[in-house]
Amino acid sequence: MQHLKASLPSITVIAILIAAWWAAVIATHSLIFPTPWAVVTGTWELIYNGTLWQHIAASLTRVAIGFGLAVCVAVPLGLWMGWVRGAYTTLNPIFQILRPISPIAWIPIAILWFGIGNVSPVYLIFISSVFPMVVQTTVGVHTIEKRYLRAAENFGVSRRTLFARVVIPAVLPQIVVGMRIGLGVAWLVVVAAEMIALHSGLGYMIMDSRNAGNRYDLVVAGMIIIGLIGLSLDGLMRLLEGNRWVRWRYAH
Amino acid sequence: MRTKIEVRDLSKSFESDKGPLEVIDNISFSVQDGEFVALVGPSGCGKTTLLNLIAGFIRPDSGTITIDGTPHEKPSSQGILISQQGSVFPWLTVRENLMFGLNGHAPADHADIADRYADIVGLGGFEDCFPHELSGGMLKRAELARALAVKPEILYMDEPFSALDALMSLRMRNELLRILAKERHTVMLITHDVEEAIHLADRILVLSSRPTRIQAAFDVPFSHPRRLSSAASQELRVSILRELGVDHERPE
Repeated sequence: MQHLKASLPSITVIAILIAAWWAAVIATHSLIFPTPWAVVTGTWELIYNGTLWQHIAASLTRVAIGFGLAVCVAVPLGLWMGWVRGAYTTLNPIFQILRPISPIAWIPIAILWFGIGNVSPVYLIFISSVFPMVVQTTVGVHTIEKRYLRAAENFGVSRRTLFARVVIPAVLPQIVVGMRIGLGVAWLVVVAAEMIALHSGLGYMIMDSRNAGNRYDLVVAGMIIIGLIGLSLDGLMRLLEGNRWVRWRYAH
Repeated sequence: MRTKIEVRDLSKSFESDKGPLEVIDNISFSVQDGEFVALVGPSGCGKTTLLNLIAGFIRPDSGTITIDGTPHEKPSSQGILISQQGSVFPWLTVRENLMFGLNGHAPADHADIADRYADIVGLGGFEDCFPHELSGGMLKRAELARALAVKPEILYMDEPFSALDALMSLRMRNELLRILAKERHTVMLITHDVEEAIHLADRILVLSSRPTRIQAAFDVPFSHPRRLSSAASQELRVSILRELGVDHERPE
């Protein structure tokens, strides 16, 4: 009940927006832009003929592979750059130059290198999510409080114990933050990549709906579905923040 | 009695904006095996630097530190530092923290040893708690237990109880004395609290402000348990305060 009360204002705003949208479509006698009801029936059509699940599965698979590879590269690389001064001074300038380049700018190069297929979008997802995770991990190592490293030194533990019990656990919350940012970017990019490069996925579905007979009901349905899945992915990452290995960072 | 720590002609200066800043100036003293020595001095006088030099965390510009007759050049679990901020790892449970330094034992014993020391400091039942679930006093106990668990010959204590409230600080002092009565350790304590020094130490060295020198030394000839309100303690307190430039007889 309390929960319902708290979300009442936002539900009201959403209802007003939908009503305004509906009224605007009717008032302008638009033949192309869909009413909310047309979007609902469009969504049902996609569910009914099974294409929606295929597109969602295609997009999620690409994100899983690209993002998974990015985690595997970014975490060790970030730890290394954070720990070894020389690695940081050598590689950090390169990352600082590459990081602000929009993943969209990589699209022509991705097509050149990997052609049109599944590899290009995976590459784009990888390149867009790897940088924030490297940066977060590096910052995580740099911000480990000195008193903890000093205590580890005092107890004379092996290098292995130092990493397993001090460095990695201390950085883990930052890694999770990096993963949350990285996954968010990856989901943004998969849609853009699919618009240009492929024949499946939610991005493809949106472009195809427009090209094949101005089905804007399906375009808007696709957009809303993308938003909802993005929200769920973020929720999933937030569950990770409640993990016992990360929780200490947020408690006081 | 045998000499445990021998400090000879120790000097240390740091680079600052205004040229070299002399922090420690030619200090010599020795600490006997099993002795409890307190270093008191005005804040900012270089007490912490002195302790860090002796514990091996920083290198002196000149002079030598020998422990048991051999030069001491880097930190080891032979002497554990307990600082004001504390360094109990927030990402490990109390038990995991206590097990951290136990390299020499068979892994199967680790948990038993950890639990025994948790008991000794009065943290029995809290072994599975995370540091953020403990109070300030309990954190200090955990830190003390972690240090004691590796059976250090020397405890270096840098204002260990000064972040606690007066009552908790007093309780921790009594706790420390109770533990030291059972397990013999050589202790070097830094404090700005003269009463704490008289309560705990066998000998008190009064340090001058920067550059730090030893200005006076006092034996504390009282047996434990000590009555801080006794006339003799009060007289000692006044003498030490006078060395520190505080004239007790005349209220300001």
